[in-house]
Amino acid sequence: MTRASRGRAGRAAGAPTPEMAEELRIDTDVARRIIGEFIRGQLRQAGFERALVGLSGGIDSSLVAYLASDAIGPERLLCVLMPYRTSDPASRSDGEEVVRRLGCRSALVDITPMVDGYYEHAAPPADTSPAGEALEAVGHTRRGNFAARTRMAVLYDLSVVWGGLVVGTSNKTETLIGYTTIFGDNAAAFQPIGDLYKTQVRQMATAIGVPERIIAKAPSADLWPGQTDEEEVGFRYAEIDRLLYWMVDKRRSDEELVAMGFAADTVARVGRMVAVSEFKRQVPPIAKIGPRTAGVDYLYPRRRPGSARRQE
Amino acid sequence: MRVRLHSMAMLRIALAQIAPRLGDLEANLERHHGLLAEARAAGAGLVVFPELGLTGYLLQDLAGEVAMRRDDPRIVALAGETAGCSAIVGFVEESDDHRLFIAAALLEDGELRHVHRKLFLPTYGLFDERRFFAAGTELRAVPSRLGVNVGLAVCEDFWHLAVPQLLALDGAQLLVNISSSPGRDVAAINVVGLGTASSWRTMMRTYAQLTTTFVIFCNRVGVEESITFWGGSEVIAPSGEPRFAAPLHDEGLFLAEIDLAELRRERIALPLLRDERPELVLRQMERIVQQRAGFASDEATVDGGRGARPPVARRAALSRAVDGPRKVSR
Repeated sequence: MTRASRGRAGRAAGAPTPEMAEELRIDTDVARRIIGEFIRGQLRQAGFERALVGLSGGIDSSLVAYLASDAIGPERLLCVLMPYRTSDPASRSDGEEVVRRLGCRSALVDITPMVDGYYEHAAPPADTSPAGEALEAVGHTRRGNFAARTRMAVLYDLSVVWGGLVVGTSNKTETLIGYTTIFGDNAAAFQPIGDLYKTQVRQMATAIGVPERIIAKAPSADLWPGQTDEEEVGFRYAEIDRLLYWMVDKRRSDEELVAMGFAADTVARVGRMVAVSEFKRQVPPIAKIGPRTAGVDYLYPRRRPGSARRQE
Repeated sequence: MRVRLHSMAMLRIALAQIAPRLGDLEANLERHHGLLAEARAAGAGLVVFPELGLTGYLLQDLAGEVAMRRDDPRIVALAGETAGCSAIVGFVEESDDHRLFIAAALLEDGELRHVHRKLFLPTYGLFDERRFFAAGTELRAVPSRLGVNVGLAVCEDFWHLAVPQLLALDGAQLLVNISSSPGRDVAAINVVGLGTASSWRTMMRTYAQLTTTFVIFCNRVGVEESITFWGGSEVIAPSGEPRFAAPLHDEGLFLAEIDLAELRRERIALPLLRDERPELVLRQMERIVQQRAGFASDEATVDGGRGARPPVARRAALSRAVDGPRKVSR
């Protein structure tokens, strides 16, 4: 599954879920301190002072913008808004509100000509697909993935201009279930909120002062009008976060999870989503041939003496 | 210098809660020299640096590149800065046969007095130490110019009960644990906001009280890869009461003062150490070690030969209960 996969017929998402499992509640002050140290540490060790983030106007990227601004100061942060023609205009205005409140720099890049230009002029005809997919197959999934990877390309291009590192906005829930486009929205120099479940993201966003409107609206990848995460994935975040917490963090077996009251089919389905998306969380394997192979038996920390772009 | 334990004997301790640079031996050495001078100028009699303070923690294949023998000129030079004071530093020690150890050195009066090699190398969860390092095999409390015996331990060593107990029985009056502890678990229910910090604080207070010994904990700060080290260095009195707690995550040279005379007061008031029974521990340990290694004979005796082992039938039932049904051939 990708963020852009066709939504299954789920229940109506309706109002956002302010509820949160008690066992997932975090000490936001400590988390904020750890994330602040993490952002500063990653930049310093890489020899950078600046950062940039793709700001969609949703809660994840808004929170990351607040955390980055908090960690390094708004003057060192560039927020890049990258709407597509089908994006909800409210997403852009929410992103602009974040920029205004933080007082950071921003850039607006409309990705419509890039995405549509590819499909209209550059993409090979659909009949080259071995599956013989109809042109109709350039639907949500392909176009959504292409949009996510186009945003990645824009961010990495602007990172050179701005002289900063790309800060990731993936949260733990979407990372675990694979609700992400590989080399698209999950491409970044580092991931500050990748160990926070969506409901914990909401708790952090509330604590740090992200605009209420952004926290309250239904989470959406905003790849087509009316899309919402919870409808597409088929679970409510409060429910899936709690399940993932007990399944992954607390190592409960499927039987134990069912005994705790989780529905057996939900446990099975989420377990499959996690297993199927394992490849999205790992570096691609290298075929081992020589005596020493990167990532196998050549093991160095990413940052070590001499690895920073600029020496301090 | 002998400290007279029945009168005030103040000791100023400097805790260097620093963020070492990963793999940058020269920069870290320079930092150690600077902080040592700063601590001495502030009147510290003991300066404690964190685990692998000279090298950084997540070394992986860098371990062999930053390793030093204990007679390395750079260690000798650092020891040379300790005239009239004591310092504990953490580094990668390379032995004569080229094993690499995570080590804590006690430097005093210009000399290297003792090296403790980390005994327990966590290799689970986020840890992978056994892949890159050899485990130490010796544990000793050593006399110090401070007038008390010092017991050194490195991080995970304290997650094994025997370590503080053996050090205290060996005469340690000051237990010093140097750490690179990665912070994790920010559940709102934690007492100090961080699960790791809550666990460590519980352990250190317990060890101090049960061994009636001062416990000094120096933990690093900073970030390496995914992990953030949480600091929170502490000094605990032999009563189990905290005497000093450095803030979580903040880098700094923190000064704490203790009165070594508290040892005598506490040990007379609460003679737990006097009442320890190492001979009993030894007997039981010998039996347990034999059994765990599968060496115990049927004649192994406890308390004069009665109840040494359960009868054969019951033993079989017990082993079934533990291991599940299995074929027994005998």
